[in-house]
Amino acid sequence: MESTEDLVSISVTVNGRRYADQVEPRWLLAYWLRDRLGLTGTHVGCDTSQCGVCTVILNGQAVKSCTILAVQADNGTVLTVEGLAQDGTLHPVQAAFSEAHGLQCGFCTPGAEMLAVALLEENPHPTEAEIREALDGLLCRCTGYQHIVQAVALAAERKGRGA
Amino acid sequence: MIPERFRYHRARSLDEALDLVAQAPGQARILAGGHSLIPLMKLRLAQPQWVIDVEEVAELRGIREEGEVLHIGAMTRYRELMTDPLVARDAPLLALAARRVGDLQVRNRGTVGGALCHADPAADLPAAALASDAELELRSRRGQRRVALGDFLQGPLTTDLKPDEVLVAIHVPRRPGWGVAYQKFPHPASGYAVVGVAAAIAAESGRVARVCLGVTGVGPRAYRAAASEERLVGTGLDPEVLRAASAVVTDGIAVNHDQFASAEYRRHLAATYAERALAAAWAAIQA
Repeated sequence: MESTEDLVSISVTVNGRRYADQVEPRWLLAYWLRDRLGLTGTHVGCDTSQCGVCTVILNGQAVKSCTILAVQADNGTVLTVEGLAQDGTLHPVQAAFSEAHGLQCGFCTPGAEMLAVALLEENPHPTEAEIREALDGLLCRCTGYQHIVQAVALAAERKGRGA
Repeated sequence: MIPERFRYHRARSLDEALDLVAQAPGQARILAGGHSLIPLMKLRLAQPQWVIDVEEVAELRGIREEGEVLHIGAMTRYRELMTDPLVARDAPLLALAARRVGDLQVRNRGTVGGALCHADPAADLPAAALASDAELELRSRRGQRRVALGDFLQGPLTTDLKPDEVLVAIHVPRRPGWGVAYQKFPHPASGYAVVGVAAAIAAESGRVARVCLGVTGVGPRAYRAAASEERLVGTGLDPEVLRAASAVVTDGIAVNHDQFASAEYRRHLAATYAERALAAAWAAIQA
C-alpha cells in the first residue's frame, strides 16, 4: 500500500485556479482554504458541523468545509465566497444581499451566500419555503433570517429576468 | 478542532479496501460521507490509526433492482435516496426519512452505509430501514454474509460489524403500493430525533395485511415495535385499535432520558408519533 504517515499530495481547483499541495490527512478543508491558501472569506463558526458558516461548494454541492478533510477534496473543484465576484463586479447573490440587507454582523454571510448560490443553481425559482429549507443548515445570530430570505428571493427574481 | 494524526488511504476498489481493513483490524475506520466519523475524530472520541476513504469504490455505489429486492450501495448519499426514481417507487420510506436528516449540507454528504454502521440511536435512517426489513451485505477477506438490520444494530454506536468487514450494500424488499410515513419530533437544536417513527402498511380488502413499525430516538438502538405491530394485523385500523397499538410502542424498551426529554415524556411522544405515522401510512394507501 502506497501511503505515508505524514503528507499527502492533493490537487484542488479553487475558484478556477488549481492548487497543488502536500497536506496532513487530518487537515480540514476549511483550515486548508484559510491557512494554506489565505482564503479567509470562508469562516469557521462552531467547528462542530452545526452552524454551516463554513459552507463552500464542492463539486457543485454545498458542504460544510469543517467536516471534510482537505484530502477528500483531491481532484475536486471548490467554490468559495472569494470566487463569486468577477472582475470587480458582485455576483448577483452578493448584490442582492447588499441591497436587501441580508446581513448584520456579516460573520455567517459567506456561508449564507454559498447556500444561496447552490440553491439557485439547482432551483432558479424557489418558493419562500424552499429558500428557508435550503438555509436550514445555517445559523445566523443577528438577522432572524427574514432579510436573508428576502435577499435570496431578490437574487432569484433577478436571475429569472436574466439580469 | 483537529483530529489526532492518522494514516489516510483512498481505496480504488472493494478488494483494496478489504485488504486494508484486514491488515489493521480494529485500527482502521472506513470513511464514507464522514459526517459522523469526522466530528467524532475532531472531538478525539474516535482516534483510528488508519482512515480508509471509499469515495472511489465503485462496488459500493448504485441503486438497482435485483428481483424482489432493491440493492442500495452503501455509499448512496441521503441526497440520492431522496431523488432516486427506483427508491421513490419501491422503497419510498427511505426517501421520507432521508429528507428529515440533518440539513442540506449533511444530506449532500451523509451515506446509507455510514448511518447504519455508525448506529446513532437517534438517527433517522435506521428506523426507516428497519421498517423496510433491510438486510445488510457485509464483505471481508473471509467471505460474505447477510444480516438483518435488527440483528446488526446492537446498542448506541455499536453494531455487529466485524473489524475486518465492510458494508457493501443494503437490500430492501421492493414494496410498491405499501403506505408509508415517517413522523419525527426533532431536537430543536441538533435536529436529531427525540422520537422518530417509520410506518409501512400493506392492505388487503380494507384490512391491515402487514405492518412494520421502526422507532428511533427512544431506546439504546432503533427497534421494531413488535407489540404494536401484532395488535394491528387484520384490523381496519379503527381509532381505538390505533390508539391501543400505539400505546404499547415502547413496551419492553429501556427508554432514554436526558436534559431535554424525560423517559415519561419520550414514552408519550413515541405513542403520539406512532399513532400519527400509522394513520399517515394508512391514509397514503387509500389515497
